[in-house]
Amino acid sequence: MADVTLRKVVKRYDDVEAVRGIDLDIADHEFVVLVGPSGCGKSTTLRMIAGLEDITDGDIMIGGDVVNDVPPKDRDIAMVFQNYALYPHMTVAENMSFGLRLKHYPKAEIKTRIDEAARMLDIVELVDRKPKQLSGGQRQRVAMGRAIVRNPKVFLFDEPLSNLDAKLRVQMRIEIKKVHQKVRTTTVYVTHDQVEAMTLADRVVVMNKGRIEQIGTPNDLYHHPATRFVAGFIGSPAMNFLPCRLEETSGQLHVRLTDRIAFALPPARAAHYQSVARNEKLLLGLRPEHIAEAKAHPEPGVEPFDAVLDVTEPMGMETFVYFTLEGTQVCGRVSPNAGARATGPLRLAVDLNNMHLLNEGTGAVI
Amino acid sequence: MVDVAFQPNSVAPARSTRKRASLRVALKRKSTAAFLMTLPLILLVGILVVYPAFYSLHLATLNKSMQRFVGFGNFEFLFKRETFWLVVKQSCIFALSAVFFKALIGFVVAHLVHNVPAKGQRKWRGMLLVPWVIPPAMSTLAWLWLFDPSYSAFNYTLAFFGIGPISWLGEPNWARFSVILVNVWFGAPFFMIMYLASLKSVPEQLYEAAAIDGANWWQRIWYVTLPMMRNIIAITTLFSLIVTFANFDITRILTAGGPLDHTHIFATWAFRVGIEGSDLPLGASVSLFMVPILAIAAVFILRDINKRGNEA
Amino acid sequence: MASTLVIDKAAPTRTVKYGSMSRDRTWALRWSYFFLTLFAIFSLVPPIYMLITSLKSSAEISAATNPWWVFHPTLANYVQLLTSNQFLTFFRNSALVSILVVTITMLISVPAAFALARMRFWGSATLATGVFLTYLIPDTLLFLPLFKMFAVFGDWTGIHLIGKWYVLVIVYPTLTVPFCTWIMIGYFASIPKELDEAAIIDGASWFQTLTRIFIPVAMPGLIAATIFAFTVSWAQYLYPLVFTTATDQLVLPVGIITTLIKGDVFNWGQIMTGALLGAAPPLIIYAFLMDYYIAGLTAGATKG
Repeated sequence: MADVTLRKVVKRYDDVEAVRGIDLDIADHEFVVLVGPSGCGKSTTLRMIAGLEDITDGDIMIGGDVVNDVPPKDRDIAMVFQNYALYPHMTVAENMSFGLRLKHYPKAEIKTRIDEAARMLDIVELVDRKPKQLSGGQRQRVAMGRAIVRNPKVFLFDEPLSNLDAKLRVQMRIEIKKVHQKVRTTTVYVTHDQVEAMTLADRVVVMNKGRIEQIGTPNDLYHHPATRFVAGFIGSPAMNFLPCRLEETSGQLHVRLTDRIAFALPPARAAHYQSVARNEKLLLGLRPEHIAEAKAHPEPGVEPFDAVLDVTEPMGMETFVYFTLEGTQVCGRVSPNAGARATGPLRLAVDLNNMHLLNEGTGAVI
Repeated sequence: MVDVAFQPNSVAPARSTRKRASLRVALKRKSTAAFLMTLPLILLVGILVVYPAFYSLHLATLNKSMQRFVGFGNFEFLFKRETFWLVVKQSCIFALSAVFFKALIGFVVAHLVHNVPAKGQRKWRGMLLVPWVIPPAMSTLAWLWLFDPSYSAFNYTLAFFGIGPISWLGEPNWARFSVILVNVWFGAPFFMIMYLASLKSVPEQLYEAAAIDGANWWQRIWYVTLPMMRNIIAITTLFSLIVTFANFDITRILTAGGPLDHTHIFATWAFRVGIEGSDLPLGASVSLFMVPILAIAAVFILRDINKRGNEA
Repeated sequence: MASTLVIDKAAPTRTVKYGSMSRDRTWALRWSYFFLTLFAIFSLVPPIYMLITSLKSSAEISAATNPWWVFHPTLANYVQLLTSNQFLTFFRNSALVSILVVTITMLISVPAAFALARMRFWGSATLATGVFLTYLIPDTLLFLPLFKMFAVFGDWTGIHLIGKWYVLVIVYPTLTVPFCTWIMIGYFASIPKELDEAAIIDGASWFQTLTRIFIPVAMPGLIAATIFAFTVSWAQYLYPLVFTTATDQLVLPVGIITTLIKGDVFNWGQIMTGALLGAAPPLIIYAFLMDYYIAGLTAGATKG
């Protein structure tokens, strides 16, 4: 039993509300990632679960027990910090065993656990070194080892990879995932990096301004974002948002971008948007991969148009193209042999089967 | 705790009041522990620093036998005495000139040390800091011996150049000079070490950028070094002003205020009047005259240190 | 035309400038060494002169030979002092006072600094500033009221502290505790917040966090503060001069000055030997722990 439940959790500092009422149910063994821009309250939420911050209102339950007033050491949690927070005067083994020694575990038990964790994290030969002698990635492993040996109910990660360089970050991401697959401990992981969130999480919690924007599996969030914030935050390059209107001419729904450009909606989408008011200002949300080069035999719902490219970014396996539509910069993704030159005209096509319509005022996805 | 978790929602208000209460207890416990940890410090500072500081105010209003309240009597008495004004003048001359030369020499020497290759710096720094390490009472004895009226090693050396003999401690102006010299000798290393630390914290790129912009040596000092060191110079100078103004050891051992009170400063005179003359209230009145200068310096130091804290 | 002229001019100037720059450097370095030598001589003359005189016999001193040279070196002064009960008593008193003061200082200032740096409570920020301010109150302002206070205390309780060496153990912490607390606040504050959070999650109490994490991690600061407290206690001159008079209660600085200077008779050989021996403990500590010594010296001007 180590599910984590947050009920209407609020954190107020003097007159600033950092967290404005969060409800979240994390199942046993689940890997949940809290993601959002800095200042969205994700770290505060994590620290409240850890017990490092007291909660202003609401309840936090770990394993079914309300832990609002339980001090961190009695919550049976382990935390990995952004700067690792290794004790500089202790060896790796001493770092990992500190918590166990404080709880007076038998020596043999401590040794077994350290050996096991060290083997799992591939740091067996480092156990007698001091943190100063370790590289960033190794320190990260030790910090995780310190969490693992405690065998806690919940793992808490606070941006654990942001101090690593890009290459190491990818490697450690995989490492963290492997560890979780092995130990299966309930995990709450905070990051501002949506790629980390997508790759690691069973479920992602997108936070913004102290509130939860959306909770869902990575695929859910990507394909069915609930708000403009989620749609724009998840995915890289970000989703394009184009001002548009919905028009109906002789029974056929069109989405009109400019005076010259309007696309007929495919039947499935048209049915979906039947109730939307016509000729209102809306936003068309399209991911870059749904703006590609026009093909000779387009699939249904893929509509061609002409664009004049401002910039192209060849990435190797794909090329991003940027052009301007009614003052809005739009990003598309074409194959490297689509003949996109640095600047100039190119015939592109939008895949309306994957389009989103958003309410311009509320930002809600329709 | 557990039974709270199983309560239905209807008792939510009760639960939240209970939570607040225990939270307050926890917070209270933490700040009580913190308060207890600082209690010895508070008691020490309160009883042996703050209380005597105010007690000396009270002391200064009593007569010599400490039985009668005389109000400002002691001060009126002081204002009428020539020696008092001599002490005021000498204290100011002593503190200002000593601090000025300490700061100047410290600045120059710090630059010189900074100038030589890094591997030699440790050695030089080690030698130049020695005056600060020796207890001033001990080193002043060496100076006293160097200034000895009949066996002065300085006079022996100067005689080769046809100068002297100089009555280092016997003639008022030379005595003042000697006291200041010893103080500068003792205090300059402190400035040197502070300036050196702050010189090392100036990023090398700034000098490189200035050199590329065509700044010469003087301009680099004026536009790069000094602005970067301004805060540390201010703190060190003010701090030294306090220590020098309140100095006792050097003057006491070197001249004991003589000849004819011409090197007395507040601290030595307060000692002479208060302890040797057994007039504690009058001595306390004398030492109280240090307070205004100390207070002004302290206020500025505090401001500068807070500024430094904010920069970091 | 103009541009070629500029290029023509620029080329030679450049090379010349490079040459002159390195020549400037060499000369700057030579002058630096020259002046550094002068200042080093200025710094070291008194201690060296102490050493020279300490190796001379009274006869040689009064013979007024070249004061800078020892013609008949002798250890007689050292033997005399180190076998003199009186001098050894001074030394013992000094050592006892300093060690006790260092212990008391650390016991008071380390927990206080930890509380002020990490456990925010009502008035803690003001208290930290207040601690620094008390450090700026000099001994010369307090010795008269303190003298009177201890006299009154003696009259009230019958415990006469004035005249006993241990009164210094009570008084010296006023000089050491504020500064040590101040620099320990700085050292503790520089420890990342996550470290104590990690310790708390690992199950450490506040006390365990202090003893098992903060004190080991801030050990350099602790050493610097210890050195400071020791050197201040060892060197203090005013308080023992005011509070102690009997020769068996004196500490070194006062002892040397009051007993070796008898009226107008200066036994300079012994005085210099005594001064050198009195200066030895701080000098030895300095020689071996220079970096900590300097760290403590410069730490006072920084906050956090």
